[in-house]
Amino acid sequence: MSNILGDVTQGTYHEEKGFWRTYVFSTDHKVIAKQYLALSLFWAVLGGFAAYLIRWQLAYPETAAPGASWIPEPFMYEGVVPPEFYNVLITMHGTIMVFFVAMPLLLAVFGNYLIPLMIGARDMAFPRLNMLSVWVFTLASLVLLISLFVPGGAASAGWTGYPPLSAKAIYTGVNWGMNLWIVAIALEFAAFLMGGINFLTTTLNMRAPGMTLFRLPLIVWMQITAGVVFMLSVGPLIAGAVMLLLDRVIGTTFYVPEGGGQPLLWQHLFWFFGHPEVYVILLPALGIILEILPVFSRKPIFGYRPIIYSTIVAGILSFIVWAHHQYVSGIDPRLAMPFSITTILISVPFALIVFALIATLWKGSISFPTPMLFALGTLGVFLIGGLTGIFVGSAPVDIYFHDTYFVVAHFHYTLFSAVFFGGFAGLYFWFPKMFGRMMNETLGKIHFVLTFILFNTTFFPMFFLGIGGMMRRIANPMQYEFLQPLQPINVFITGSAILLLISQGIFAINFFWSLFRGRIAGPNPWQANTLEWSTSSPPPHENFHKIPTVYRGPYEYSLPETAEDWLPQNQPELEEVKK
Amino acid sequence: MLSWLPENISTYGGDIDSLMYHIYYITGVWFFLTYGVIIVFLLRYRRQEGQKAAYVRGDSLTQAGWLLVPLLIVLALDLWIDFQGSEVWAKIKIDAPSSDLLVGVTGKQFNWEIAYPGPDGKLGTADDLEMENELHVPVNKVVHVVLRSKDVIHSFFLPNLRLKQDVMPGRTIEAWFEATKPGRYPLPCAELCGFGHSGMEGSLIVHSLDEYEKWVQKNWPHKP
Ligand code: HEM
Ligand SMILES: [Cu+2]
Ligand SMILES: [Cu+2]
Repeated sequence: MSNILGDVTQGTYHEEKGFWRTYVFSTDHKVIAKQYLALSLFWAVLGGFAAYLIRWQLAYPETAAPGASWIPEPFMYEGVVPPEFYNVLITMHGTIMVFFVAMPLLLAVFGNYLIPLMIGARDMAFPRLNMLSVWVFTLASLVLLISLFVPGGAASAGWTGYPPLSAKAIYTGVNWGMNLWIVAIALEFAAFLMGGINFLTTTLNMRAPGMTLFRLPLIVWMQITAGVVFMLSVGPLIAGAVMLLLDRVIGTTFYVPEGGGQPLLWQHLFWFFGHPEVYVILLPALGIILEILPVFSRKPIFGYRPIIYSTIVAGILSFIVWAHHQYVSGIDPRLAMPFSITTILISVPFALIVFALIATLWKGSISFPTPMLFALGTLGVFLIGGLTGIFVGSAPVDIYFHDTYFVVAHFHYTLFSAVFFGGFAGLYFWFPKMFGRMMNETLGKIHFVLTFILFNTTFFPMFFLGIGGMMRRIANPMQYEFLQPLQPINVFITGSAILLLISQGIFAINFFWSLFRGRIAGPNPWQANTLEWSTSSPPPHENFHKIPTVYRGPYEYSLPETAEDWLPQNQPELEEVKK
Repeated sequence: MLSWLPENISTYGGDIDSLMYHIYYITGVWFFLTYGVIIVFLLRYRRQEGQKAAYVRGDSLTQAGWLLVPLLIVLALDLWIDFQGSEVWAKIKIDAPSSDLLVGVTGKQFNWEIAYPGPDGKLGTADDLEMENELHVPVNKVVHVVLRSKDVIHSFFLPNLRLKQDVMPGRTIEAWFEATKPGRYPLPCAELCGFGHSGMEGSLIVHSLDEYEKWVQKNWPHKP
């Protein structure tokens, strides 16, 4: 069914190829997913190191950060962060985490790896475009890396790049660093546009026989909704970025008031993209837990269709909330109320998804291997992120909380839960499929417990900082008398953050150890229903020895009439598995 | 938890704080409810030998009720928060009271320039007094602040007054407040404005009425 490209793309026979063709210049969606995985983990290490330097500076301003004395001048002076470089650090940390870790990890890795396998296709609709996407992303990565080393220093106007600070070199002293930052992000967007087109076309056209839209695993729905939201929101920002680059390079004045420009224009364009972007990251992470929870509670997901409708509603609503980032920016005050209402309303579809997840646990038969722990952790942490969003969504309250650490705490609770908890949940869950071996459970559980506790001790106290009035993006809280009583909290947070970062080493050890030494997984170690588990681990070059036929939805666990508590999507006859 | 808030000394700060408390109670109850339910389910339904999970898909209307009822409660609470919020917002941002006093505040890298209109009560005339980083106002008077920027975006932040307003180059933005307690309060910049952003800070000095009179006498001795 709906397989119009099937004969062309699914029937082609790929020959065995050499090392370069297999691992580097590959059009295989599984290899591309792994390439994105390698790149995003590389960036996560850099982004984490930046977080360490930021935190050290905030706890012990103007002292040398241990282990950082190797960084040469003029970045740092014997381990001490100068204020200019502090601004580079927050800019790079934000840029890296959002664009070079979150999007590649959640969209590119899981989307690329899972979509063709889950819908029963041999590859993406446009395999070469897919390869191009990873190479453009690599280029974007290189440009961002180079931007750190050009004369004048790297971009330092925050990851939101508000002009006129970002529009004229005289305000920051940065010239080429900023230009290259814009180029890097534009390239990254180009890469993800290619990916999004592929996700959508593949899902619509290449589903295996019997795989109707309402038999798709929810993560596929989430990934394509995220892809569509990204495609629809990114246009204005690319236009905005071109204008910013023109302002910088040839002196136009789109954003510079002296020439009649408007800094607010950028904010509208940026957040028209920037807010939907949060859902581009969040939806795939929710998709991951929606896949994991049914498997380890051995129950169908509660409310499959309502979840799909909610996702679409959330996707649409995400386009009419952007100005909640601008309550205090001087827009017409009459605009605040409509935006406040849409913002708080967006909690409704997400509340539905959360309730559905909770209802899925009800009367389940729940076990707790590492992927399940991380999935539950994502849910637990995300809940706090969502609830605290109500504070900043309410315009009058946001007058006080805007640009304080309350916001920093809030978005780490939503983004970190998505990226790290959700990402880890997915990696632990699909590792056996990707690499054919199991990860170590003991190490996984230690990793989870440490991450969960230390995450909360790192980010929860930031709510207190925000309530106490601490502004974000300041390099030295000790310069403010009214913030000095909060300094012990800053010291505590930094201690937690360092331990949190160190404990991720457990994951690294587990990952590489399991890659070579882990127990052989077999095709379906979790006894899950979706199609990716019906082929060998790791799957062969074209995924399936024979394209499966789909007979039912993805979450048929614990059917009363079967002896087994699972029933794969491609299992033909109900009679055969009956008692 | 919200007791970490800096002391409120403004007439409308209390409205913001009480809205904050309402949200705090509502989200607090939801937090404990949902966490409670999750933890109970995890303990109660953990895997046991020979016991199969229930086959519930949540697609009949009675089952969907488990989603719809809490959802309607969420919706009602959301609208209630919005409704309360719009009143507070209108009070602060739309229906500003008429002013007793005008001051100009101009942000620049990395200081606040404060301009007092002098005896004629108008900004931008010869008798203006200019100071750096010191905003002097009398207690219990409505003060209108005319905000401008010379270079990049800054953000005028008075934590004790629950007032924050970005300052946009090329635009003139007004804000108002009425302070209720004399004293000296912080006036930092809340928007990243360059390498000196950290440390860009002024002070708000709220004078009692006599003291303010003295301060005026000292600065404009020939007030008509
Ligand atoms: C151990 C992990 C992390 C720590 C300790 C950490 C710490 C911080 C801190 C202290 C700031 C505020 C800087 C400031 O405003 O002065 C910040 C900003 C930010 N973080 Fe993280 N972070 C971590 C992980 C993440 C992750 C996983 C993400 C996202 C996916 C993320 C996204 C951001 C963003 C977008 C900003 C805003 C940057 C800006 O203000 O321009 N962070 N982080
Ligand atoms: Cu400033
Ligand atoms: Cu500033």
